[in-house]
Amino acid sequence: MAAVFTPIAPRRAPAGTTGPLAWARANLFANPGSTLATAVIALVAVLAFPTVFRWAVSEAVFAPDANACQAARGVGACWGVIAEKWRLIVFGRYPFEAHWRPELATILLLGLVAASGLRAFWKPWLAILWLLVVPAFFVLMAGGWLGLAPVPTDQWGGLPLTVMIATFSIAFAFPLSIAVALGRRSRMPAIRTLCVLYVELIRGVPLVSLLFMASFLFPLFMPVGKSPDVLLRVMVAMTLFAAAYLAETVRGGLQAIPAGQVEAARSLGLTWWQAQRKIVLPQALALVVPGIVNSFIAMFKDTSLVTIVSLYELTGALNIALNSDANWRPFKIEGYIFIALVYFAFCFAMSRYSLWIEKRVSAGKAR
Amino acid sequence: MTQPIITFDKVNKWYGDDFHVLRDLDLQVAAGERIVICGPSGSGKSTLIRCINRLEEHQQGRIVVDGIELADDVKAIERVRRQVGMVFQQFNLFPHLTVLENLTLAPMYVGKVPPKEAEERAMEQLARVRIAEQAAKYPLQLSGGQQQRVAIARALCLKPRIMLFDEPTSALDPEMIKEVLDVIVELAGQGITMLCVTHEMGFAKAVADRVIFMDQGQIVEENNPHDFFDHPKSERTRDFLSKILGH
Repeated sequence: MAAVFTPIAPRRAPAGTTGPLAWARANLFANPGSTLATAVIALVAVLAFPTVFRWAVSEAVFAPDANACQAARGVGACWGVIAEKWRLIVFGRYPFEAHWRPELATILLLGLVAASGLRAFWKPWLAILWLLVVPAFFVLMAGGWLGLAPVPTDQWGGLPLTVMIATFSIAFAFPLSIAVALGRRSRMPAIRTLCVLYVELIRGVPLVSLLFMASFLFPLFMPVGKSPDVLLRVMVAMTLFAAAYLAETVRGGLQAIPAGQVEAARSLGLTWWQAQRKIVLPQALALVVPGIVNSFIAMFKDTSLVTIVSLYELTGALNIALNSDANWRPFKIEGYIFIALVYFAFCFAMSRYSLWIEKRVSAGKAR
Repeated sequence: MTQPIITFDKVNKWYGDDFHVLRDLDLQVAAGERIVICGPSGSGKSTLIRCINRLEEHQQGRIVVDGIELADDVKAIERVRRQVGMVFQQFNLFPHLTVLENLTLAPMYVGKVPPKEAEERAMEQLARVRIAEQAAKYPLQLSGGQQQRVAIARALCLKPRIMLFDEPTSALDPEMIKEVLDVIVELAGQGITMLCVTHEMGFAKAVADRVIFMDQGQIVEENNPHDFFDHPKSERTRDFLSKILGH
């Protein structure tokens, strides 16, 4: 019997799976809920856009012209305030003609931090570089040497102060947190209790009160004039605060490492320290990179709290820069938007770095 | 019997307050002897061999390994551990290090061997377990059988006089058990003292000088494999053998 040819009904061509239309279908209008959300967000954006655009761009004053800004008040933004005051915002009360010093010092420090974040640079010379750059930072900032005019710490301010407090607090808090996390798992009761007490006490207190204690209370217990510089005291307070939180993050990583790893290391004759350093910590820290960077970002932003003890880092410097000049005082919102962008740039960089590290760490483990 | 390389003298150990895991245990192992230890789960067989390199501490009695008594002296324990290699049920390779780095770690940091020589030694051991071509990979990229062979090579890198195997094939897929046992059998022919916790009875018959049956923290019966399997003396041994050989 001959096979009978029965044509099947023609089908519609498949819908495109690439291109902007397909993307929109998949991401914006996949189901009724998604379509509704898209519509609401689009509506809000369309309604808000003209107002925001008028204020931020079309009616805004970009020139550092105080009279034009006054005229545009309430209608358009005054970006001229940034053009006029940016050096005071970025460098605070530091002597105006010597701004190149904090500028150079900050660039050096940021360069060092960036280099330290790359594994390829983890060579002995990096430690030497730290030993050179850190003193160079303080010589540039403080002066009184190599013909640089001395600048007392109460005149340091702005972004250099923010970067400095964040960098040194993080640099000291990180190793301290590892020690505390290991201590909390120690078999020696005295060490364990001490570490638990430290973490619970510091975590139970707001950072603001720690800063007050470091700044106002601590000198009362010291002989008059013998108290270390307030900047140092504040950095110690920040370090202790951050290390308590970081220690718990690190401890989480330590607990995720199976006991068999230490047993294998010990059975090979490695000492407890060698086992921690070579086997446990590399794995534990890799697991908690997101949490660690989270803490670093929080610390960077927490530096803005030192304003309350009269250290004028970026946020504090903005206030001084604008309060001291009646012409520009009304335009703080523009100033805040500016420093918000500066904070965002740093925090976003850290968060991208965290993602990059995570990818590299998991690369070797793929099956 | 010449001076034994391992001596247990009335060893008692408890987990917590109430679990008495080793009871008045006596054991002497001659240098070069190959011992297989079997017994039901919870009988203390893993604890016994983990006491030999002090991954577990005993509370009473004496354990002497290669002339060194195991007590609180950390340095002495580390010296013992250099003489004792151990292979675990779960392999316990270091996942963040390559196979080669897993092998060179202890020689470099414990044996103070220069890196180049440590690598040569590692490649030699990898060749011995027939896996040299995987040296640059990470452990999780290998099969279970390959990982366990790497673990054996790692334990051999410090040239131990004693090798401990804690159920080396229990975590393996059936088709990989043979490749691991073959490596251990080869090793057994080379004069190294071996203690192996396993239920692979064919393996026990092939290599063991002595089979030890443990139950409830005590050595119930020990004998050469021929008599142990064919003429078990105690009721408990017969019962156990019928369970593991009965299917």
